[in-house]
Amino acid sequence: MSLVLGAFTMGLILSLLSLGTLISFRMIRFTDITVDGSITLGASVAAVCIMRGWNPWAATGLAMLAGACAGAVTGLLHTRFRIQELLSGILVMTALYSINLRIMGRSNIPLMNSASISSGTEKLLNRSGNPFEKWNLAGWEVPLPDIANLACAAVVCLIVAFLLTRFLRTHFGTGLRAAGNNPQMARAQGINPETMIILSLALANGLVALSGALLAQYQGFADVQMGIGMMVWGLASIIIGEALISRVGIGLTICGTILGTILFRLLIAIALRWGLQPNDLKLVTAFFVFAALVLPHGLAALKKRTHRGERHA
Amino acid sequence: MLELVNLHKTFMPGTANEVRALQGVSLTIQPGTFAVLIGSNGSGKSTLLNAVAGSFAPDAGTIRLNGCDLTRLPEHRRAARIGRVFQNPFAGTAAEMSIAENLALAMHRGKHRSLRPALTRNARTQMADRIRELKMDLENRLDNPIGTLSGGQRQALTLLMATWTRPDLLLLDEHTAALDPKSAAKVTALTQSIVQREKLTTLMVTHSMQQAVDMSDRIIMMHRGAIVQDYRDEHKQRIRIPDLMAAFDRLARRELFDESVADLLKSQYA
Ligand SMILES: Nc1ncnc2c1ncn2[C@@H]1O[C@H](COP(=O)(O)OP(=O)(O)O)[C@@H](O)[C@H]1O
Ligand SMILES: [Mg+2]
Repeated sequence: MSLVLGAFTMGLILSLLSLGTLISFRMIRFTDITVDGSITLGASVAAVCIMRGWNPWAATGLAMLAGACAGAVTGLLHTRFRIQELLSGILVMTALYSINLRIMGRSNIPLMNSASISSGTEKLLNRSGNPFEKWNLAGWEVPLPDIANLACAAVVCLIVAFLLTRFLRTHFGTGLRAAGNNPQMARAQGINPETMIILSLALANGLVALSGALLAQYQGFADVQMGIGMMVWGLASIIIGEALISRVGIGLTICGTILGTILFRLLIAIALRWGLQPNDLKLVTAFFVFAALVLPHGLAALKKRTHRGERHA
Repeated sequence: MLELVNLHKTFMPGTANEVRALQGVSLTIQPGTFAVLIGSNGSGKSTLLNAVAGSFAPDAGTIRLNGCDLTRLPEHRRAARIGRVFQNPFAGTAAEMSIAENLALAMHRGKHRSLRPALTRNARTQMADRIRELKMDLENRLDNPIGTLSGGQRQALTLLMATWTRPDLLLLDEHTAALDPKSAAKVTALTQSIVQREKLTTLMVTHSMQQAVDMSDRIIMMHRGAIVQDYRDEHKQRIRIPDLMAAFDRLARRELFDESVADLLKSQYA
């Protein structure tokens, strides 16, 4: 049970990362590798602020802001200085590696006994009259901090999903999506696609950094290596989400992405239980994304080939 | 009023592929005029429209619309005052967004894009009313992705979007050329009715001499990046298709003559 609860909490936290990737990869159509750096940026900013005694919520907010700045820089490199999109992201990601080391002062900050955004909830649960360290959840003994973590992650995730859905349906959000879908049309409707790229990447990496800040508090540490491969994880989650709920409206797309991320974490938890080496995780994820990207084309090509074969026969 | 003064544009200058697409185009179009631009392939018609829309800055010259200098303004800043329909029926709409979302974008062209919901009930009612006029059975499909519609339907909607906020200038670049004959006729009729009702200043490129003669107040012929004929007022009223064909023929013959003279000179001096 603890395993499932953990996978759920982790899924909810990482779904913020997936939502960020959704904005960059699917909405504004920008392959943004900044993600690998900005999730660590979020974690390190939050960790350092909490270590210095900041309120965890304020620390999380600042982390988000830092991520947004990183995304905006990637956008500026691409639009103002005409650097290829992938390279813009790589430059910022590389720079962020050093910046994150500078922020933390070392490669790893433990946060085991520090406050986190779920501390308040934990106290609340403690005070609510239950004298035990554990809660009885449908016959399972569950440690109280786990419940608090899950509740906090769920609340943050719900708020973000709600606000994001609302935002993407506004005049501005509609313009943003048009800029990604058809830049020529956007320009003809008076929208500057380049401004939209910068703002989208800021928003996307703000969410990614938020995810990083929550992740650091949940795991109990921030590590300079923790961002490696995160963008691909986000992609995998989006793809699973799209398989669960085919894209037809903004609300459903966002729900699908969150569900996809949770399902992905559950699958990973199960696979690890069955003996998958943690070291092989990124290889498996990369292969999964590869298959998901290539398979539809591959199937179409295969179909065409068999058709041609029939004609020749 | 649209005023173009001595526009020049050379693509890939200084290379072997250099193209002088506009070589000093000057043109004034009075408000409410429906002007049609004709000319052979590569004569610079699309380039002229792109220059006016702001897809690129001209090398030299001035573009003024109702007295306001647009020459250095980027495309998206001109869009508030210029409506545009492209030749490619898929270019003017965002395929993955719904009909309603596409229309909402057009209804707010040139206005502040706020953080208010784009699809209010009021907006939907307006959309349904306008779309009903198209008689394409689209009024109940407002929430379908626009990419699921046919080229003709999309082009009709693009036209609606381009004219929704009554632009100072409407640019149409062979916007019926890629459609099947039936859809083309429908979009042509729609163009005529909207332009007449709103009294729009229009600059339309077409390959159809019939369209040119039937729809326009003025016919401008381009050749090699310059304006070579300009039929207007009473002169335009008298123009028929054979006259336009004859003008094309004269251009072609002059071209042939130029080339044969060039060959002659080459053979004598080489
Ligand atoms: N973006 C471009 N880059 C290079 N050459 C171009 C570009 N756009 C147009 N041209 C060239 O300019 C000339 C005029 O093209 P265009 O204006 O499209 O002609 P048309 O009258 O058929 O619309 C053509 O020779 C074309 O190849
Ligand atoms: Mg053309």
